[in-house]
Amino acid sequence: MTAVVAVLSFVAVLALVLILGYLVAKGASSLDWSFFVKNPVPAGQSGGGVANAIVGTMIIVGLAALIGLPIGIGTGLYLAEYGSGRLGWTVRFVADVLNGTPSIVVGIFAWTWLVRPMGHFSALAGSVALAVLMVPMIARTTEEMVRLVPHSLREAALALGYPRWRTSLRIIARTALAGILTGCLVGVARIAGETAPLLFTALGNLNFTTSILQPMQTLSLQIFTYGTGPFDEWHRLAWAAALVLMGLVLVLALAARWAVRSRHGAAR
Amino acid sequence: MTTLPLGPPPATQAARAVIPGRPVLLGRNTGDRLYRAALTGLALSLPLLLVALVVELSASAWPAITRFGFRFVWTSVWDPVAGVFGAAPMIFGTIASSLLALLFAVPLALGVAIYLTEFSPKWLRQPVAFLVELLAAIPSVVYGVWGIYVLIPFLRSSVVPPLRAVLGWTPFLQGVFYGNSLLAGGVILAIMIVPYIAAVSREVLLAVPSSQREAALGMGATRWEAVWTAVVPYGRAGLIGAVILGLGRALGETMAVTMLIGNRHDIGVSVLQPAYTMAAAIANEFSEATTDLYLSALFEVGLILFVITVAVNALARLMIWRVARGTAVGSRAL
Repeated sequence: MTAVVAVLSFVAVLALVLILGYLVAKGASSLDWSFFVKNPVPAGQSGGGVANAIVGTMIIVGLAALIGLPIGIGTGLYLAEYGSGRLGWTVRFVADVLNGTPSIVVGIFAWTWLVRPMGHFSALAGSVALAVLMVPMIARTTEEMVRLVPHSLREAALALGYPRWRTSLRIIARTALAGILTGCLVGVARIAGETAPLLFTALGNLNFTTSILQPMQTLSLQIFTYGTGPFDEWHRLAWAAALVLMGLVLVLALAARWAVRSRHGAAR
Repeated sequence: MTTLPLGPPPATQAARAVIPGRPVLLGRNTGDRLYRAALTGLALSLPLLLVALVVELSASAWPAITRFGFRFVWTSVWDPVAGVFGAAPMIFGTIASSLLALLFAVPLALGVAIYLTEFSPKWLRQPVAFLVELLAAIPSVVYGVWGIYVLIPFLRSSVVPPLRAVLGWTPFLQGVFYGNSLLAGGVILAIMIVPYIAAVSREVLLAVPSSQREAALGMGATRWEAVWTAVVPYGRAGLIGAVILGLGRALGETMAVTMLIGNRHDIGVSVLQPAYTMAAAIANEFSEATTDLYLSALFEVGLILFVITVAVNALARLMIWRVARGTAVGSRAL
């Protein structure tokens, strides 16, 4: 039976290797300068790139982080500092439940909140949808990291006459900073690859735009369009875009891991 | 970790005397009050968000709810032109694809968790755990592309023919296999939920006291017997919670399933046939919903999906909390 569980572990790792391997094998050959700096060309023509999608991904994800991170970190601090009562329990439970909410549901929720009243699709609505997905996750990891800070640090600060809020921000949050940062990177990595919540909010855009009130393309949306489209040229670009997106997510995930390791030694 | 007591400590008067006007230890100065109020406000955003989600979805789904009532859940006609909507095929497809995914993912994920906590050499633990958790970092849409161009051709050439040769007489393998099918959707879902189930199971197994293990070994059990008769039963609630958590993920997964399951409004037991899921229906049809009733029907689908996943997740969390109380188990999994 030991052999069986070893083989099962091998199979799981093999799946990862197969996916990443195919991404590199099928996508790497299409990565050239024009892929990164050109915009898409009309269907049927060859060439073109995904510059609009790369910039769009950065804007939408960046804006989502700007909205989601402060709320998530604040909620996490609340849970760690004041979260022992009934409200804390409720918030913690809601965060865990929201963490598993289907992203497509958050997408149509953002549609009713922002797209319908505004009358048109926008990158802003997409960012809000992504932020909604991000907050519960950031909140829980922040809480966990803050709780790791030894109690003696807090007591020392309070004994020196620091008010509680300064203790919390200057001593506790600062000590846990690397851990909180890790949680943030993991959160950003997770939303960077999201597609479903953007389908009816950011929508996608064939042209280059930096206006957050306009529909905007992202790598994930572009991969969906190209991957399910009828042209071989599109499939080629879909693989290349998938490789780029995967690279972006991997860099964020590895950075998160590195931030933990440099602070706490080997993660458990 | 509880916060310090808020009541005035015995030395309060002395503290006031030392720093006039700054009763720091009371926790009642303006800065503290503001800080606490600000954090509470931010924390309240989550429950409010949950309420807003339910209210918005319900309000948008209301026309369809009042029009179709419970028929919406168990009838199969989905005809936007005639304005008749029944979501039974999607509900069936969602549950069927998720259960199929669990069938593949549970042995795999539990195998990974048991191997890593009980048997693997120490140097292998971190790398393998990291690689398995990386599966959760792969975007859903990338799974979709991989599924279309790698998994489906592989299923068609190397899996379905031998499977048919052995089990072709069962009702589960009838019909022509075009590629996009319940099977393809189930397999991709399985790969996607393995990291979640494995990560949570691993933390649950790590939380089992080693005295359990030692007791079984001391009674003369082999290492595998110790795991199977002492460690796994001890963590059972948490392991079931992990599986239910994986189920919750599978139910709500959208992009990869949309790209692979075939998107056909039909209820059938053959895994080789196309099916549909609730998430896929919303993804495919939301932007082409031309009538208010059609849109409302899709919102009702979203509401049903939301309620199911919330219920499943809540159940999973309660079970995991029973074993690993209060920790954010699984949130470390990406």
